[in-house]
This record gives sequence, C-alpha cells and structure tokens, in this order.
Amino acid sequence: MNANETIASAAERSDHTVTSVKDSAEDTGAQSAPVEEGKTVGKPHADNPKFKLRNVEVFYGQDRAIKDISLDIGRNEVISFIGPSGCGKSTFLRCLNRMNDSIDICRVKGQLLLDDEDIYYSKKDVVELRARVGMVFQKPNPFPKSIYDNVAYGPRIHGLANRKAELDEIVENSLRKAGLWNEAKDRLDSIATGLSGGQQQRLCIARAIAVNPEVILMDEPCSALDPIATARVEELIAEMSESYTIVIVTHSMQQAARVSNRTAYFHLGHLVEVNETTKVFTSPEHELTESYITGRFG
Amino acid sequence: MTDQRSQAEIVRRSLKKRYRKERRFRAYGIVAIFIALASLFILFADIIAKGHSGFIKTTITLNVTLDSEQMYLDDPTDSDQVSMADFNAPIIAALQQHFPDADSAGQKRELNRLVGSYGSNDIKDRLSANPELLNTTETFEFQASDQVSVYVKHADNPRYSVRLSEQQQAWVDELVEKDVIGTGFNDILFGRGDSRNPGNAGLLGAVVGSLLTMLVTLALSFPMGIAAAVYLEEFAPQNKITDFIEVNINNLAAVPSIIFGLLGLAVFIGLFGMPRSVPLVGGIVLSLMTLPTIIISSRAAIKSVPPSIREAAEGVGASKMQVVLHHVVPLAMPGMLTGSIIGMAQALGETAPLLLIGMVAFIVDVPGGFFDSATVLPVQVYLWASSSEQGFIELASAAIMVLLTFMISMNALAIWLRKRLERRW
Repeated sequence: MNANETIASAAERSDHTVTSVKDSAEDTGAQSAPVEEGKTVGKPHADNPKFKLRNVEVFYGQDRAIKDISLDIGRNEVISFIGPSGCGKSTFLRCLNRMNDSIDICRVKGQLLLDDEDIYYSKKDVVELRARVGMVFQKPNPFPKSIYDNVAYGPRIHGLANRKAELDEIVENSLRKAGLWNEAKDRLDSIATGLSGGQQQRLCIARAIAVNPEVILMDEPCSALDPIATARVEELIAEMSESYTIVIVTHSMQQAARVSNRTAYFHLGHLVEVNETTKVFTSPEHELTESYITGRFG
Repeated sequence: MTDQRSQAEIVRRSLKKRYRKERRFRAYGIVAIFIALASLFILFADIIAKGHSGFIKTTITLNVTLDSEQMYLDDPTDSDQVSMADFNAPIIAALQQHFPDADSAGQKRELNRLVGSYGSNDIKDRLSANPELLNTTETFEFQASDQVSVYVKHADNPRYSVRLSEQQQAWVDELVEKDVIGTGFNDILFGRGDSRNPGNAGLLGAVVGSLLTMLVTLALSFPMGIAAAVYLEEFAPQNKITDFIEVNINNLAAVPSIIFGLLGLAVFIGLFGMPRSVPLVGGIVLSLMTLPTIIISSRAAIKSVPPSIREAAEGVGASKMQVVLHHVVPLAMPGMLTGSIIGMAQALGETAPLLLIGMVAFIVDVPGGFFDSATVLPVQVYLWASSSEQGFIELASAAIMVLLTFMISMNALAIWLRKRLERRW
C-alpha cells in the first residue's frame, strides 16, 4: 500500500518533530523505565485482523500526539483503550474512521488497514469508510429531531432502504438491538432530546447500528451516564460483540475489565501494553501499566 | 484562636464596603436603564403628540347644485368644455347658502379658500363619471383647506399660526357649529400617494415603494448572505485570503450608508444605465448595505451549532454537504432569520443612500412595479418634514409613527421567530 500525499508530507516533517518531543516518562513522575518508542509489550498482534495498524503517528501541527503505534484489532473483538487523560487514546480511536479529518492541523502517518485496505489512501471515500466504521461519542448527541428520524438518518442518506416499510424495519431492528425499542416504540415521533441521558446514548448506539457497520468505535460512551444506564450500555456492548468489532475508549478500568477481550494501555502517545484484559489487570507486564491500574497516577 | 477571630473581624469590616460597592454598581445600572427608557418615552410621547392629529382629516360637507350655467358646462362628456368649465362656482354657491350676506367678489374668494384646492377636481371627477348628474343637487365631502384644517385642529396650539381672516374664522366657527365642517379618520393618508396639498397627501406611495424596495433587498441579500456565511464558515480553507475577506466584510458593515448611495449612483445608474428613483436600484443598494449584517449574524449562528451535532452526522457517514444542509443550516436558521430581519429593519429606515439615487423625487403616483419611480417611508418623512405647509408637520409625525410601527413589528417578528424556532434545540 502506498501512503498518500498527506502522509508523505507529514513524513517529511517528522524528523524535525521527533527531536522536539520530550521523554515522556519524566513528565508523569513515575519512577519506571521510560517507554521505548514503538515497543509495545504483550500481544499487539492478531491473526487475520479487522484493523491492521502499523507505525501510526498523528501530528497536531508540530506536536506528535501519537508516537509510532502498531496494533491489530481482531474480528468481533471488544478491545478497550485505557490510559490517563491526554494519552492519545481518543485521537487514536478517531483515526480509525478518519474523524480527525475535520481538524485542519491534524496529520496522520503510517499504515492503517481495514480488511487490508488503506483507509488513508487519498482516493478512499470517508463516507464509505464511516458507513463501515460507526461511532458513538462521549456525550449523547442525538439530532434535535424525532427518535425515528435519528435512527433513520443514516440509512436514508446511504439509500439503504427503498421503501418506507424497509426503513421502518431497520429502525425497529436497530432500536431493538440497542435495547430501546420497548421504551421508544410508542413515542417514535417525539423529539429525541426529550429522552433521558442513558436513553439518548442508546439511541446514538441504535443510530450507529442502523447503518449496519462492521466496526463500532465508542469514545467513553458511559462517561456522562449514571451507573444504571452504564450497566445497560455495557450489557449492550456484550450483546453487540457477537456481530460487530468494538473499540471502546474508557476512563473506567472496571468497565474495561467488564466488557473487553483485550485491553490496550496508552501513555503519552505511546502504546505501552496490549494484552488479554484479565492479564492486564492481574499481571501487567509493564511497570507503567501497573502504576496506572493500581492507581498510582492517572 | 485569636488569629481566627481577628480575621473574621477583618472580613466583617470589609463586608460593609463590598456591599456598598455592589449597591452603587446596581444604582448605575438602574440609572442607565431609566435614562434609556425615559428618552424612549419622550421620543414616543413627542411623536404621538405631534402626529396623532395627522390621522384626522378635516372635511366640509356641502350640498352642491351642479348648475350648468354657473359652471359654463352643457355637456360633461365634452373634454373641451370640461377643461374650460368653472367647477369652483357651485362650491361658492353652496357655501353662500350658509352665508347669504357674502356676495362681494372678495368675500366669494375668501369663501372659496375654505375648501381645499382639490375641491373642484372632486366635482369634475364625479361629473365626468356620471354626466347625468348635471343640474341636480349632490352631497360632497370636500377636504378643508390647509388653513381651515390647522385652525380647526390647532387653534389653541402656539406652534401653529392661524392664517385665516377674522371673517373666515367666524365662518368656520359657524360651520363647525352647524356640523358642516367635521373631522374623521384620515383614510387619505393610507389610500393615496403624495401631494402638494397636505389634505390630499397620502403615504400609500411610500409604503408600496418601501415594500418593493424591501422585496428586492430581501431577495438579494438573504440568499447571498446565507450562502456566503455557510461557505466561509463550513467550506472555506483557513488562510490569508479568507482572513482578508472576513476583515473586509466586517469593514463593509461599518461603511457609512451614504457611500453605498454614491456607489449605487456611480455603478448601477451611471455605469449600467439603470433608471433613477426606482425600487430596483434602491433595493440593490440597500442589499449591499444589509449583506454584511446578515453574513456576520449568520456566521455567528452557524458557529453556535454544537460541534457534537456535526460529529454525530459525520459519524454515520454524512458528507460535508449533508452535514451542512441537514443539520447545521436548519439549526442555525433562527439566528440567521433574526439577523436578516434586523438587517432588513435597518434597511427599511435607511434614507441617505436613497437620496443619492433619486428616490427623493416628488412622486404622486403609487408605484406599480420595480421600475416605477417611487419613494420610501423614511424619505417621505424627510420630504414632508422639510415642506412649508403647516399641515405637513403633523403628517411627517404621522408618517414616523407608521414607520415605527413597521419597525417594531419587524423586530417583534424576529423575536417571535427566535423563540419559536429555538425551542426545539
């Protein structure tokens, strides 16, 4: 795969940028060995992955936010990204459906393959990519329209339904999968912003599912929800993992432990450790990971 | 312990000072609001006090015998005869029925001056329309002349000077007593175009002119302003050129309006050869003036659409265009509409640029289209305020009241629209 022009221009600049990056471990005050760039302990690779990410670097202007990360994301896997604030996990997540494109100063370098297809290839259409890789955001963000229109929006713009009946079916199925059908079936025409926070977030999940994506990215989906709503969303993630690949960014280590197969620990733009979730939380290999999960910083 | 107590003491002492400061600060605010409201009240009170009589007309109702001998008219269908005929004679005769003593030539002339100068036209028009009325007696409601009107309405007001002879004043008093001279709602003000005679001057021409001009302004500046705002906010790359454009749009908003008038005169009339005094040119000039206002407020409205909505739409795979058309523009619409209506209200009250493109001409006919000579409400106020007849003083104030009514309703519409549309946020 050839990198596109954007990547090439970013590569030209990268030499200059690398020198200005400070050694990360010092900043945190952790007394552990500094992170070696590009070195990730644990099991970053998988067989026949959905996403194959190699030497990914992200720049915000001159700042290198993501430093040489390589990672595989398996099919129908739930992988969670954890790490202290500002460690780059959200930035990395947003590379997977090119949500960073709208930020002018953001440049992505490296190889990001979805089913062996470079998603940053210059002729790659982001609309198609986002139809395959859906996203749920930190704050529930339903459109200020009816519940029905929220779910139907994606299928409508992609032309997934030819008749009203088909669209109705998609809406019903999506709401059922998101566990919102029973609460919403009698008020499909009422405005979505009138739902509770937890319901809104499930609606956003239904909206993402409605396009029938292969991957769902979740950026701290429960951070604005109460524990009961969180539990419902987590149940949902478990159910959805049967049919989708799910990448979830979370600040809650308990949540990562509950929902994910593998956990990736990010630290100041580095991917420090990736392993089976149980392994990460019981016997982390890297000192930084251990410090973080035992609550010494972060 | 002592430390804490002394600290509490210090705090307590400073409290008094702080509260005093707060009270003073609040007093400033109240005074400012009071001054603003008071000046508004004085303005309205003054205008209403001066203008309310503009909505009242003075009429003289007479039973006029359309005697063919008096008028030297045998055949009302013969245009030669009509142009030579004396239509004042029957009016004088009708007045003489009330005052049989007044039969000298001078007294007759004085009698005739009680009725407005268009009285003879009323008779002529009715006769030409109905020739069979010749030699019958008809009831006419004439406009009283400017002097009579001023005397009837403002006899006690020192701002007006009475220009009637003692004899005429006595006649008018008697006619008022007999209910021959009466007052009524001034339907002429809303039914006719401008006139040299205050009794026959109306606002309809100016209102229609304003309406046509505003239509042109709206049709040009609303779509252009919104398109420019959407492009600049959503699609334009952030570089020196867009920065330059942005600065210049802001500059444009601060350009004195008369300069737009000069531009209109030089470019649209001089270069493109468009006609003078027409609503089309006025509308184009005013839309140039309104554009920056609309662009700036529309951009602010677009900026205020939460980024989470954009992300949500992009997240399900909406293209840039779909994000803008399906989400950003509908959500920004209340703000865009408010900005546009306020811009339009400004344009409605604008005078200076229209003076330069010739919309200040004296135009009697109500304009029928975008290419008819016309004037607009604020210019009509200007024209009447600078007229010499006393009757125009109250008419100017009445016109201001009409103009203000339009403005207030436009602003109220803007507020209502914002409240109405923003609720679904």
